[in-house]
Amino acid sequence: MNVPLIVQYGLSGITVGSIYAIVAVGFNIIYGTTGIINFAQGEFLIVGAMMAISLYGVVPLWLAIALAVIVTAILGGLLEMVFIRPARDASVLRLIVITIGLSILIREAMLHIWDEQVRSLPYFTGTSISTITILGAHISPQVLWVLGVSAVTVAGLTVFFRFTLLGRAMRACADDRMAACLCGINDRWMVTLSFMLSAGIGALAGCVISPVTQTQYDMGAPLAIKGFTVAILGGLGNSTAAVVAGLLLGLLEAFVVSQFAAAYKEAVAIVVLLLVLVFRPTGLFVRREIGELRTA
Amino acid sequence: MRTRYVKILGICVIGLALIGSGCKKSTPTPPTKTPPAKAPAEKAPAPKPAAEKPQAQAAPIKIGAIFAITGPAAFLGAPEQKTAEMFVEQINQQGGMSGHKVTLLVKDSAGKAETAISLAKQLIDEEKVLAIIGPSTSGESMAIKNICQEGKTILLSCAAAETIVDPLASYVFKTPQKDSDAARRIFEVLKEKGITKVGVTSSSDGFGNAGAAQLAKLAPEYGVTIAIAETYATTETDLTGVLTKLKAQGVQAVINWTITPAQSLVAKNMKQIDLNVPLFQSHGFGNIKYVQAGGEAANGTIFPCGHLLVAETLPSNDPQKQVLMKYKQDYETRFKEDASTFGGHAYDAILILGEAVKKAGSVETDKVRAAIETLQGVVGTGGVFRFSEKDHNGLGKDAFEMLTVVDGKFAVYTK
Repeated sequence: MNVPLIVQYGLSGITVGSIYAIVAVGFNIIYGTTGIINFAQGEFLIVGAMMAISLYGVVPLWLAIALAVIVTAILGGLLEMVFIRPARDASVLRLIVITIGLSILIREAMLHIWDEQVRSLPYFTGTSISTITILGAHISPQVLWVLGVSAVTVAGLTVFFRFTLLGRAMRACADDRMAACLCGINDRWMVTLSFMLSAGIGALAGCVISPVTQTQYDMGAPLAIKGFTVAILGGLGNSTAAVVAGLLLGLLEAFVVSQFAAAYKEAVAIVVLLLVLVFRPTGLFVRREIGELRTA
Repeated sequence: MRTRYVKILGICVIGLALIGSGCKKSTPTPPTKTPPAKAPAEKAPAPKPAAEKPQAQAAPIKIGAIFAITGPAAFLGAPEQKTAEMFVEQINQQGGMSGHKVTLLVKDSAGKAETAISLAKQLIDEEKVLAIIGPSTSGESMAIKNICQEGKTILLSCAAAETIVDPLASYVFKTPQKDSDAARRIFEVLKEKGITKVGVTSSSDGFGNAGAAQLAKLAPEYGVTIAIAETYATTETDLTGVLTKLKAQGVQAVINWTITPAQSLVAKNMKQIDLNVPLFQSHGFGNIKYVQAGGEAANGTIFPCGHLLVAETLPSNDPQKQVLMKYKQDYETRFKEDASTFGGHAYDAILILGEAVKKAGSVETDKVRAAIETLQGVVGTGGVFRFSEKDHNGLGKDAFEMLTVVDGKFAVYTK
């Protein structure tokens, strides 16, 4: 294999890996504040993309995406207030099952509102045949948008969580909810905010990959599974690890496609998930002792 | 407290029972509601209540239909469902099939073989339909082939794989052209262009697998080598990895065999990774929505297709022209979207059934089945059908036209 070919596969791997990373970050935000795995995360991507596609006919592209992100964030907050908050004292398992039900509900609602057709947003720059060359590999400019938006999102979230009061309040909630309450942090609102944030970045990710992967109402579930795999791989609750794990999974899939039959690509994520759950359930980047100390 | 609990439970159970019985009554979609505008005098339509049956009213025919209205094959199933309902309404407006009103029961399989199997069993055992139209995909058709054969119910499949009718099953027919003929037409063009090394990509479903097998079988006949053949999942969203492998092999053309939206993805990804060789698609490309989804990248795609998509350019003495133009106009006026060849397959299936009922002069399953085998020269959207005991498809290579995409529209391919 020569350098351009390696770069080509590598770029293909990190493109898809960065999407998994964003979904995993969404999982981690909610897991951190509540201990729930939100299996409706994948649907947020699709809802955001579909909304932007519908709005695009009426307003310019950037505005359509911005509105879609805001509306999806509000939707995430509403879902939390209606379905999760009343069941707050239920066990984590029940809440997880509720999120599975939510994902099915959202999917069916999308089918009724938007029908089963495949749609996509227009390419942010260029058209479906534009191509740019990097180190001998050819990619669509949209790929750079995906990587750029993912990087900015992760950087923005890191800044948010580390340096802003609100972000630190959410981290406090994640660490110890009772103690955070005692400090005067309104933990119920932190939970709602975490859902809104997760939904918002999910919608943004959905919009930016829409030109590349095309959007159909039922694409949320496979994305959620891969995102979940990545979140587990990196260690639940650790967003930076999720990003690394996402890129790792993407590169692994690209490697499998390049060396073996492409038909095995889908099996990679599931095999990885099984291996991680069996051998290293706390994730690759979380030290075992620390991971086991975390109470869900 | 306990009595209150029991009371509430009891009310719930009664409520559910009422809802359940209410639901069961409304399942069959009744296109028989519309009173015919100009019914001929002797075929006087009877009023709705089933109890009253004057002698002129013949027993209604029940037809089942299994289409992939949602799911990855939605671009096939949705037009098929719309066409079937529209056509049955037209038939009933004109008095029905040989005087028999037609009741159409449409079911959605979402493109899944397991769902198709249970729907087929339901239609055969519970509804006791005369025939089943569909399913939309080859995988589903193969899954229910034996069920229909053993259930002695006529199956008029709208899927392409040759394996549906070969090996032969006496009750199983299909209306789309054969995938082996599609492969042959593609190879003929390749030979003309002097291309000898190709890469094949196909989806891992029944249609893709059958197509890939036909391509592999027929390639040597035309002096073409398949340098690399890769399959991908039907829900695949990124084909750059697979196409990079093809590019690395230095293929002179790419043949993609699938019915899913991946058809648009292949076109786009090829251009994006700078793989500038001719792209051939299967006859699964026959819906303008794939071209729209592909944008500029879809221009230049070459594929075999039924004459429906270029009906306007056919000469006026072409035997299919009238049927094609009428279907196209009816469909486009009513549903406000372009007609596709897939809807045409459902049209052909119902047309053939109607002709067979007419020829047999009866609605008994065995007589209708035997009548289908004798049909010659039925002009449908897919071609002119000539059935026989050995040929349950009735179409040959000439049912295909080679088409290409120019400026986002379909056009006849010229050398």
